[in-house]
Amino acid sequence: MTDDVGPVDGCLADLQATRSEAGRVAASVASPSQVDDAKLDGKLTRRDFVSGQAARWCPGCGNYAILAQVQQTLPKLGIPRENFVVISGIGCSGRFPYYMNTYALHSLHGRAPTLATGLKCARPDLQIWVVTGDGDSLAIGGNHFLHVLRRNVDVNILLFNNRIYGLTKGQYSPTSELGKRTKSSPQGSIENPVNPIGVAIGAEASFIARTVDVFQKHMSEVLLRAAKHTGASLVEIAQNCVIFNNGAWKPLTDPDGRLENVLYLEHGKPMRFGKKQEKGIRLNGLKPEVVNVDDVEEKEILVHDERADEPTLAYLLSRMGPPDFPTPVGVFRAVDKPIYDRELMGQIRDAEEKTPAEMNALYRRGQTWDVK
Amino acid sequence: MIKSPSARQELDRVTILFCGDSGDGMQLTGTQFTATSALFGNDVSTFPDYPSEIRAPAGSLAGVSAFQVAFSSSPIHTPGDRPDALVAMNPAALKVHLPRLKEKGILIANRDAFKKSNLKKAGYGENPLEDPEVAGRFRLHAVPITQLTVDALADVDLDSKGKRRCKNFFALGLAYWLYGRPLEPTLDWIDEKFAKAPAVAKANRRALQTGYNYGEIEQSFAVNYMVESAPTEAGTYRIISGNEAAALGFATAARLADKPLIYSSYPITPATDVLHELAKLKHLDVRTIQYEDEIAAIGSTVGAAFGGAFAMTGTSGPGVCLKSEAINLAIMMELPLVILNVQRGGPSTGLPTKTEQSDLLQAFFGRNGESPIPILAAAGPADCFDVAIEAFRIAVRHMTPVFMLSDGYIANGAEPWRIPDFDDLERIEVTHPTDPATFQPYLREEDTLARPWAIPGTPQLEHRLGGLEKYDGIGIVSYDPHNHQRMCELRAEKVACIADFVDGAAPDGPTEGDLLVLSWGGTFGAVHSAVHRLQEKDKAVAHVHLRFLNPFPGNLGEVLSNYEKVLIPELNLGQLALLIRARYLIDAVSYTKVEGRPFTISELEEKIEELL
Repeated sequence: MTDDVGPVDGCLADLQATRSEAGRVAASVASPSQVDDAKLDGKLTRRDFVSGQAARWCPGCGNYAILAQVQQTLPKLGIPRENFVVISGIGCSGRFPYYMNTYALHSLHGRAPTLATGLKCARPDLQIWVVTGDGDSLAIGGNHFLHVLRRNVDVNILLFNNRIYGLTKGQYSPTSELGKRTKSSPQGSIENPVNPIGVAIGAEASFIARTVDVFQKHMSEVLLRAAKHTGASLVEIAQNCVIFNNGAWKPLTDPDGRLENVLYLEHGKPMRFGKKQEKGIRLNGLKPEVVNVDDVEEKEILVHDERADEPTLAYLLSRMGPPDFPTPVGVFRAVDKPIYDRELMGQIRDAEEKTPAEMNALYRRGQTWDVK
Repeated sequence: MIKSPSARQELDRVTILFCGDSGDGMQLTGTQFTATSALFGNDVSTFPDYPSEIRAPAGSLAGVSAFQVAFSSSPIHTPGDRPDALVAMNPAALKVHLPRLKEKGILIANRDAFKKSNLKKAGYGENPLEDPEVAGRFRLHAVPITQLTVDALADVDLDSKGKRRCKNFFALGLAYWLYGRPLEPTLDWIDEKFAKAPAVAKANRRALQTGYNYGEIEQSFAVNYMVESAPTEAGTYRIISGNEAAALGFATAARLADKPLIYSSYPITPATDVLHELAKLKHLDVRTIQYEDEIAAIGSTVGAAFGGAFAMTGTSGPGVCLKSEAINLAIMMELPLVILNVQRGGPSTGLPTKTEQSDLLQAFFGRNGESPIPILAAAGPADCFDVAIEAFRIAVRHMTPVFMLSDGYIANGAEPWRIPDFDDLERIEVTHPTDPATFQPYLREEDTLARPWAIPGTPQLEHRLGGLEKYDGIGIVSYDPHNHQRMCELRAEKVACIADFVDGAAPDGPTEGDLLVLSWGGTFGAVHSAVHRLQEKDKAVAHVHLRFLNPFPGNLGEVLSNYEKVLIPELNLGQLALLIRARYLIDAVSYTKVEGRPFTISELEEKIEELL
């Protein structure tokens, strides 16, 4: 905003003048959607979701790619734009809502799942996207992260994991590796990290997926699946932070190493990776191990099952990463569980059927007496 | 020898205190006595007093549970300063409450509980029931309640523990005889409550009847008393506690606007009952959500308000501490919602089951930055209904979160409530904008400075709200210095101009003179009673009781200036006094009490007379 608005001396009349000044400014910043919708046939495109505010992330930030994919994906869902709500916490990911031309809330550090739950229970008709980060969701927000997944509230949670605190300029996060040297850990972090997938499994999440900021096509597929899943959908997006943690996910993003270091999960398909898909995952008792596909029988290679009742397989996958294993991406788990907002509305509807909404009868419950 | 008929004496008002070990059923006894007295036509006022532990060691001082009820043939506003009659079921209860019994008061004690081990736990060296001093100061009746109850239930199919548990009904029956109360309401209640356990129902009925008969037959009960019904306005009445009234009020507010009520909460004494009561109202589209913590509850409330629902949360002081960041978010987002604080003794965990009104300054200032918020306070149990509705009315008309303050005393205390007709209540108007051509997220109404409540699902009104400062009108993030100055002033002005919509203060008593007593919250009953007692003695004292703490009524400064002195009694160390002194530059006299219990009428009378 420019400084072309004069000082206010506290008088309401002056406020009127400055408000009309602001109105002049507002008129000049026409919302792109108002122009576009007039032209289109009613079908939404990516442009409908672009707010027109210039994004202020660092050049090369993974957020740009994620923003672009989300703006591509939402139009495909067949939901009117006014029914989307994006809710963020605090962090670089927290700025996301301002660049989306939807209803959105930029809320408090770690608390987005709570606003999302309240909003979903008030308005089950809305489609809600929670945008959070590794600090926002696993440090201060750990408690709410656990419960929104446990309750299986029908919201979509995008967790941008860059393994660092970016907005506050480079402290370690709950997903940073042990020994990580940062401004707040100059001798190296002495904390064991957690990984979001494992935490989500412990929280009984019904949909858990991972994708990577530079995997454009893969991200699109995963976002679509998350949107279509009814219940809490968690998508961890491995994200690079150019300034404070560059190369955080190098084994996955480096084009040369990608095929060796990434295991693409697909329900019903064997777990194979490598330049020529020559490697596979096999269970040795309870321990997974990497084998050469040619050295073992076909049936020994683990087949991915998203819908297994028990999350055991998903948990084993969540532990896999360099140096000994590839990093799994895709949908780890997709099961059906009772959905909080649906159960809640079910109880409301049952009650409404049984008892008329009569206030005077309610006031008179219990013992009453009349005075003439 | 047959007892000659008891003399009957008429009284205007009586306060009776039932006390015993937690688990002796004193709350039930007191509640029943209250209900019966109300049905009989007395005005009633209650004060339940129980420990915060779930089960303190049996017979200990910490485990004493008490229920005080005053009933009267004229209007009353407090449960009484000191009991006229004390029913003590064990030594610990006697130890705690005997000091409050009036001289020559009636003392009924369960003799069977005054055994050596219980006496020791209560810190008695000797048995007080055998102390001639006790017998001399009070009208002592040491009754073998446990034994008489068990004997009366000889043929009932219950084990001995079950039979002993009926002793509270014996005590209740005796109290009914003593004060000429009918048995029928309690007999009916027993049948309904224990319909599925006929042996228990039979035992309780028998115990009640036996206690009643005991008074009738026992020589030492030579006198019984009658308290006639009180004149009241025609209508239908029920007993209601503050928490029950608040719950009904919130549900009513939502119905008056045709909105769902979203109540997000976390259990905390003494507010939890509001959650329980609202959880029963699903048929009214009341959606209660029990969250993982207080912060989740307020976060949910903000989200639900954004969605267009009537959203609120209920808690006590420690919960408000946790909620402060998100309350501030709501202040920045200018969303309508209600935060109920049922105050209790503080600071920190404090005294969870004791009353206090020490969260006023927290409501005003307990957040970072300049964060003004309207604050209302209920004056008594039934008043919680009206204040709950008013809180939502203010929230939606002015697009702001609103604090409603209650306290443990009025939340748990009960009084008769004249039941309103829902159709007579004023609707709460709510409009959501739909026109994109004229919409800006922070474009304000002329008279209220409220911004529009545009809700998701409305085409073309997509906008972003958040905690960062916004440019007035268009509502985009702004760090512009002049804008921030303007927005801080606007937020303050928005709350201040609520005074234009609210009734001015109208003193009860002379409109000018020597002394004005200024009070707020749950102290209304005691202050009103004290002021009226003195007015009846022709003392020139007036009373203003504030329902609005922020903003103060528009004429308050003028009203205060009409009196020589202003006395501000409150259950804290001078919070309203601090605000009044600062705002109106008057030398108000602060009278404070932080004992975890309400003012007595007599201590207020004394203080007022001191100043006259």
